[in-house]
Amino acid sequence: MKHLKHIILSAIIACFAQVATADHADGDAKRGETVFKKCRSCHKVGDGARNRVGPQLNLLFQRAAGSVEGFKYSASMLRAGADGLVWDHASLDTYLENPKSLISKTRMNFRGLKDEQDRADVMAYLRQFSDDPSNIPEASPTTEATDHSVDPEILALQGDPEYGEYLSSECVSCHQIDGADTGIPSITNWPIEDFVIAMHAYKDKKRVHPVMQMMAGRLSAEEIAGLAAYFENVGE
Amino acid sequence: MKLNRRNFIGSAAAVSATLSAPMVMGAAHGKPKVVVIGGGAGGATVARYLAKDSKGMIDVTLVEPTRTYYTCFFSNLYIGGFREFASIGHTYGKLAADYGINVIHDWAIGVDRDAKTVTLAGGGTLPYDRLVLSPGIDFKEGAVPGWDVTAQQKMPHAYKAGSQTQLLKAQLEAMPQGGTYCMVAPPNPFRCPPGPYERISMVAHHLKANNATAKILILDPKPKFSKQGLFQEGWSNHYDGMIEWVGPDFGGDKVEVRPDAMEVVIDGEVTKVDVCNVIPAMKAGRIAEIAGVTNEAGWAPVHAATMATKADENIHVLGDSSHQGDMPKSGFAANSQAKVAAMAIRGALTGSKVFPAKFTNTCWSLIDTDDGIKVGASYEATDEKIAKTDGFISKTGEDAALRKATYEESVGWYDGITADMFG
Repeated sequence: MKHLKHIILSAIIACFAQVATADHADGDAKRGETVFKKCRSCHKVGDGARNRVGPQLNLLFQRAAGSVEGFKYSASMLRAGADGLVWDHASLDTYLENPKSLISKTRMNFRGLKDEQDRADVMAYLRQFSDDPSNIPEASPTTEATDHSVDPEILALQGDPEYGEYLSSECVSCHQIDGADTGIPSITNWPIEDFVIAMHAYKDKKRVHPVMQMMAGRLSAEEIAGLAAYFENVGE
Repeated sequence: MKLNRRNFIGSAAAVSATLSAPMVMGAAHGKPKVVVIGGGAGGATVARYLAKDSKGMIDVTLVEPTRTYYTCFFSNLYIGGFREFASIGHTYGKLAADYGINVIHDWAIGVDRDAKTVTLAGGGTLPYDRLVLSPGIDFKEGAVPGWDVTAQQKMPHAYKAGSQTQLLKAQLEAMPQGGTYCMVAPPNPFRCPPGPYERISMVAHHLKANNATAKILILDPKPKFSKQGLFQEGWSNHYDGMIEWVGPDFGGDKVEVRPDAMEVVIDGEVTKVDVCNVIPAMKAGRIAEIAGVTNEAGWAPVHAATMATKADENIHVLGDSSHQGDMPKSGFAANSQAKVAAMAIRGALTGSKVFPAKFTNTCWSLIDTDDGIKVGASYEATDEKIAKTDGFISKTGEDAALRKATYEESVGWYDGITADMFG
């Protein structure tokens, strides 16, 4: 019933959103590219975009929720897709404004874009990658992997998931192993590279959280690789 | 080695511990046995990790008197009205059903270190290969003149969560308008260093909304306390003029209480109060003393790398009861030490791999709505002690968004650590 309610809700919102779209005309794709900076540490779009912490966003419009191959979605997102949720201007607008209002247990740990124009702009930007696969620009602005550069040798390390499991006991005093993310982000099922890059960004004090700087600060590159290898597949 | 089976005094008498004797004695199979006493942040965690990681190779028994365990951490938030009491209560169903831990609700009243057995108040005897004691704290007799456990209904400590916490909250809510709430703060070392001061913040939060002319008096034997600058900044921001802190320079270390008259005597001067929260000096939970693993100060010295006691290599002590070095006595610390101990015990009993010990602690405190602060550190095991390697603390003058995020983080941590303890 709950999911049905979501769909009805989004249908109602869809009616209003069409009016809103008319008011706003189209979003500004150029400006949307700037807004997308908030998204791109997790989402890639454009030529060669792969799934990262979030699914890749090529061909987003008109695709069923939870349908990108190879991405580990929350059960809620998969259910929404099965219930018929399709990403269009209206549903995306609702989702981007407050992700958890549409998909209550989404793994997307993002508070939302409260500004309507920001949402319109970022959707205009994303739409460029959706109309037709052949339209995807050659030089994608977001295919660079990261918000922080890490030595390729470190990225190439093969982590030992068993060692990672032992080390993970320190992580799970705060981060929940079932992927729940109230107050503290989920760290389960991340792509290895994103996990490693994020941890090194804390270790190098590029990311600011003091607890994480401390935790990552004393982990070696091998240990971080082990944790990444363990958390990638935990709970599956 | 000495046989040490003193009579258990205190609350055991009040508990009808008539459970059937556990069927562990003389079990036919040869699996190594670990008995864990105390089902809090240290004990529940070590039991769960031993059972989970040994994959059935170790028999794990957890002895805990209460069926519903109320966490001391976040009990202040209940006093402040930020949590329901039920939300800090946890049961042991998952540890028994999902992890195969033999959970026994009884008091451990004796330890025979030669025979390697534990005696229960209900009459059972549990053999062990390794014994883990994680009994939290007890209070030192005579620490606050005029107060003993028989006075805890009039002047609650509320420093073991449960009915004491509910009593203190009820007394706070019943305070007359313009009345005085007094806290007798404990000397070092004690459980949860920021705890008394977070409690003061929560009491002030309640009074500000319900009894704005009331006063809070803290009588403190210590010249300084945890996160002092942060708390005092918060108190002056949120509760200006309500809270008076009396340190040892002004008699905070010379306090006597008169529970029947509801009076406190500060360096000879008598003051009438309406609520008096006496948090006496502490020592290890009683079973550690009964086992004979404590020192003169009342705590159990342990080896940092394994949490095994210096008195007996087959007995490990976790959390508040242990004397380990630089870590504060906190639920987070006990949880962290439990994982190190579980790894060491598994290594000793089953030959599993033992990695270098690492410890962490973070303590969050709430000052007022959405005004959270934290302090934390990382640690390693040296030959002498658990030694601090790095640390951090919230800063004064942080913006409201960061403080709110810190509070939200603490709520997330609570869910995380309780899942890590109870499954």
